[in-house]
Amino acid sequence: MCLAVPMRVIEITGDPDDFLNKQAAQVESEGIEKEIRLDVVDHWPAVGDYVIIHAGFAIHTLSPEEAERNLELMREMARGLDEMTEGGN
Amino acid sequence: MKYLKEFRDRQLTTSLIKRLEESVTGPMRIMEVCGTHTMAIFRNGLRSLLPEELELVSGPGCPVCVTSAGHIDAFISMADQPRNHLAVFGDLFRVPGSNGSLSEASSRGARVDIVYSPMDALELAVKNPDELVVFLGVGFETTTPAVAATIMAANVQKIDNFIVFSTQKVMPPPLHALLGDPELNIDGLLCPGHVSAIIGSDAYLDFAKQYGLSCVVAGFEAADILQGLIMLGRQHGEGRAEVENGYTRLVSREGNRRARDMVDEVFEAVDSPWRGLGVIKDSGLAIREKYEQFDAEKRLKLTIEDVEEPKGCLCGQVLKGICRPPDCPLFGRRCTETNPIGPCMVSSEGTCAAYYKYGTGQ
Repeated sequence: MCLAVPMRVIEITGDPDDFLNKQAAQVESEGIEKEIRLDVVDHWPAVGDYVIIHAGFAIHTLSPEEAERNLELMREMARGLDEMTEGGN
Repeated sequence: MKYLKEFRDRQLTTSLIKRLEESVTGPMRIMEVCGTHTMAIFRNGLRSLLPEELELVSGPGCPVCVTSAGHIDAFISMADQPRNHLAVFGDLFRVPGSNGSLSEASSRGARVDIVYSPMDALELAVKNPDELVVFLGVGFETTTPAVAATIMAANVQKIDNFIVFSTQKVMPPPLHALLGDPELNIDGLLCPGHVSAIIGSDAYLDFAKQYGLSCVVAGFEAADILQGLIMLGRQHGEGRAEVENGYTRLVSREGNRRARDMVDEVFEAVDSPWRGLGVIKDSGLAIREKYEQFDAEKRLKLTIEDVEEPKGCLCGQVLKGICRPPDCPLFGRRCTETNPIGPCMVSSEGTCAAYYKYGTGQ
């Protein structure tokens, strides 16, 4: 039920404070495009940000830098271990 | 998606398993609360890689599995009414009630569509003005904001042939109910990723304090899960009972307030029946009076019957973490993936389905 595929925002419709009109975005991942809703997203995204989607609704916005930073943390963790185990595998 | 690939990286996983072995210094029993975690653990073969002293117990976090037999029967009776057109998440389609499943209702002519989003159900209503589209709201905190937003959209667009049957639930009350049971006897919680994106990691402070449990929020990739277990191992080893967040790329301490405000606008807390756990106070979400024209229970004047569990089925005990699927006399014999008897075998997140599909991992 909870798939964590982040998709890149390429176009935005609506305004974060206007709930009477459609709040949506066109998103893309690996060439697949689709429309998702922004009604319940935590932070209103900008074009180029990533969103995590659940049941057709974005629930969380991730800047490209945030995604990269998190990844770097995990890489560091792996590197640290490899050093501890003398190169590791 | 290039990021996703790296979160699944095998080499990363191998390193993390070494670190996990170092962090687990004694017997430790952890409940993975969320059904998506259960499935991810099996799919990635993690159970067979874990240190022997670490035992994982599956929790009540599969929304279809905890839906009561009475509610499942009500879904099917709604499908059989001629004007109704049901819109459901795929997981519900094959769940057997005491009188067949939605899949069987569909094959005898009932209109039942599988939708990806509640918004798809609303579109179905717009396209079919002569029908009454009933969306079956089954889910936890991650799904309820989407359903609330859809009801608000229906209200703004004045669509009167769209209703929602809300059997939606919230996670903290059943956890309290379970943790109060000494038979469960666990040391820590691997807390759900996306539920926590909405409710925030602070929601687990009570569990750390009240039950002395180590709590760690984790994402759904193999590396995320292993990292969560490492954090739990360290807490347990050092005698700490704290809330830590291993999924900061998605979860904050306060969660998603915008989504919670929308849920509060449309829903209110109500006592709700859970399969295996019984009725739990304030564990469900009912549609507020202000939006009652969208409430299927009121519009269709539904009464929910008390229905007995299928004979011999131990789903209830499995959901409580007291039994493992192979302990059930039906498991793998009368109850299989192609002929499921209990909901834990049907749902793609059910513990029995995970054991059946991937083996016990022992």
